Amino acid sequence: MSTQTQPVRQKSPGDWLTSGPLRFLVSIGVPVIAFLFLRWSFVLLRDQEANRILVAFIALTIGVFGVWILYLLTYYLTEQLPERLGERVRPFVFVGPAMVILFIFLLYPIGHTFYLSLMNADSEEFIGLKNYRTIFTDEQMLITLRNNGLWLISVPLFSVSFGLIVAVLVDRIGRWESTAKAFIFLPMAISAVGAGVVWKFMYFVRAEGEIQIGFLNAIITKIGGSPTNFLETIPLNNLALIIIMTWMVTGYCMVVISAGIKNVSTEVLEAARMDGANELQVFFRIIVPIIRPTLITVGTTVLIWVLKVFDIVYVMTNGRRDTQVVANQMYTELFRGGSVGLGSALAILLLVAVSPFIVSNVRELRRRRA
Amino acid sequence: MASVSYRNVWKRWGDVVAVHDLNIDIPDGEFLVFVGPSGCGKSTSLRMLAGLEEISDGEILIGDRVVNNVAPKDRDIAMVFQSYALYPHMTVYDNMAFGLRLRRTPKQVIDERVRETAASLGIEQLLDRRPRQLSGGQRQRVAVGRAIVREPAVFLLDEPLSNLDAKLRVEARTFISKLHQRLGTTFIYVTHDQVEAMTMGQRIAVLNAGKLMQIDTPTNLYDHPGNVFVAGFIGSPSMNFFDNSTLFEEGGKMIVDTGYFRVEVQKERHELYRPHLGKKVVFGIRPDNIAHSQFVPPGIIPAPVEANVDVVEEMGHEKILYLEEGGKTFLARVDPRSDVRVGQRTQVIFNMAVMHLFDAETEQALQ
Repeated sequence: MSTQTQPVRQKSPGDWLTSGPLRFLVSIGVPVIAFLFLRWSFVLLRDQEANRILVAFIALTIGVFGVWILYLLTYYLTEQLPERLGERVRPFVFVGPAMVILFIFLLYPIGHTFYLSLMNADSEEFIGLKNYRTIFTDEQMLITLRNNGLWLISVPLFSVSFGLIVAVLVDRIGRWESTAKAFIFLPMAISAVGAGVVWKFMYFVRAEGEIQIGFLNAIITKIGGSPTNFLETIPLNNLALIIIMTWMVTGYCMVVISAGIKNVSTEVLEAARMDGANELQVFFRIIVPIIRPTLITVGTTVLIWVLKVFDIVYVMTNGRRDTQVVANQMYTELFRGGSVGLGSALAILLLVAVSPFIVSNVRELRRRRA
Repeated sequence: MASVSYRNVWKRWGDVVAVHDLNIDIPDGEFLVFVGPSGCGKSTSLRMLAGLEEISDGEILIGDRVVNNVAPKDRDIAMVFQSYALYPHMTVYDNMAFGLRLRRTPKQVIDERVRETAASLGIEQLLDRRPRQLSGGQRQRVAVGRAIVREPAVFLLDEPLSNLDAKLRVEARTFISKLHQRLGTTFIYVTHDQVEAMTMGQRIAVLNAGKLMQIDTPTNLYDHPGNVFVAGFIGSPSMNFFDNSTLFEEGGKMIVDTGYFRVEVQKERHELYRPHLGKKVVFGIRPDNIAHSQFVPPGIIPAPVEANVDVVEEMGHEKILYLEEGGKTFLARVDPRSDVRVGQRTQVIFNMAVMHLFDAETEQALQ
């Protein structure tokens, strides 16, 4: 493999190849060889009988070097073009593949999903905006939308507030700061399903009179209360789920906000203290306004995550008892034999809802880099 | 307005002593400068007065109130920081009004005071701008404005000019001096730049390694440095020192032998120096007090010394000579018309009326 790449790498600048015929031969020959090699490797990879280790090795090398070879090759070909034309084509050689991949795996599916959202349950009949009408009129769907609204407001609010408070507090505990931060950030490293398992035990309930093994119910019964079924009691169950997500993302908020707070000059804080501000005033009138852009970015990022929330609900209640959210509903419709049309419409709805926040985040990122 | 006193003030960071038994009385309305190399404790001393740093030991008084346990906001002081520390999210107006608003000053009074102060500083056209839209010099003025608008009893400045370029710095120097004359408030100013200290301070406190080396008027510090450190720190180029000098008497004359050359001590100082005869001393003389033999100023007590010319720096209004004798280099600031060339052996004239002798052990001036 590496012997194959060697000549390509040397020839790609093309400057020592000044003689015409040789140049012509190479410009035909190298692509042909590369093509033949890639074709051979493709055939080999499909071969069920071939040596597993060899196949894995070839797959790896092609994954890494194949892309590299393709780039070098196309670059080499643009070098052969007349200078002005080559200059114009060259950017597309590098951006082109990315654009193609983006189109195949992103734009086309979006378009197709939109198309499906205008069709009926088994995608055979065009029904216009009827699926969308269902989303905004059906009683069950309205609960789903309401829940998403609830999530959208609570999770960013809770997680950014807690993150901010914790960030300010850990800033003052000195040498234990990084340890404390690591612990608070830890839930972020757990998958939502893992978090679900953790919180299943937090919320676990047994019939009254039995020993409660759920953390919360154990406490409640210990102090004389009666056990609560957190996940089945409306509307407590929605809050119970929201707490899980808050628990997961607060660490992220804290870390980002903490970095923002570190950027606030201590002299500015000292100036405010000398100007007569107490610690609360320093916090609300100096720190918070200065890190406001950070707070907004963190908030919108969490917002995007919340819009996509699926796994927590799927694992904990699967939408039972008025806890359904759009992403889980979409999954149910699309893959659990509901309606492909309705599921697609929900997907489009999610996409539309997320887009403005993504745009705002990208803008903010660009503004800060500038 | 208020006086300020440091009484046996110490600052320790664990085992490190940042400020060592500081005692200073600053009368009401004085412009005092803390000066010293970095890490000498000058900023720490100021920050303890501001309440931004705990006082490890001793007392600080503002007026006749001990402020050790008084919060910064209740000390009736204002401070200009090196970075200016303007609130980046507020306009200039809001920056200046912030302190007044926290004190619940009536809106009308705030407006009046902010506009008046801004006008007096020449920044009234900037009131709607934000700090990042201002130049360094403008920011510096806003920082000063924010401090004085509150009419504090004591005004603290922590290296306020070090972020300005050289030309602005000279302007800002006179600006701050004038401000002090106008307000008549106690100013305490921290700098590492002895030129700033000399030009602005009514009195200068020279600190080194956490200790107060000397506190006096600029002229007295220059003319009568109390020790080798102050002698070397104040004045530029700094004083020439000859460390291994000895003092002896010969035929009614008192002689300093530096090991490189000998110079005679003037009669008036014989009594003063007699106890130190035969001891190791440090002989010091400023480059300003070494003239070239071609242009000897009148009224000096001359002592000729021969030396080789190593480097000549032409400054236009003067020449700085780097002279070398027996491996020892010393500087002289001579008349620009002096005819000296590198490599030449030349004769320079020391003015013995203004030479300094220090005890080699204690580094204290022999006085």
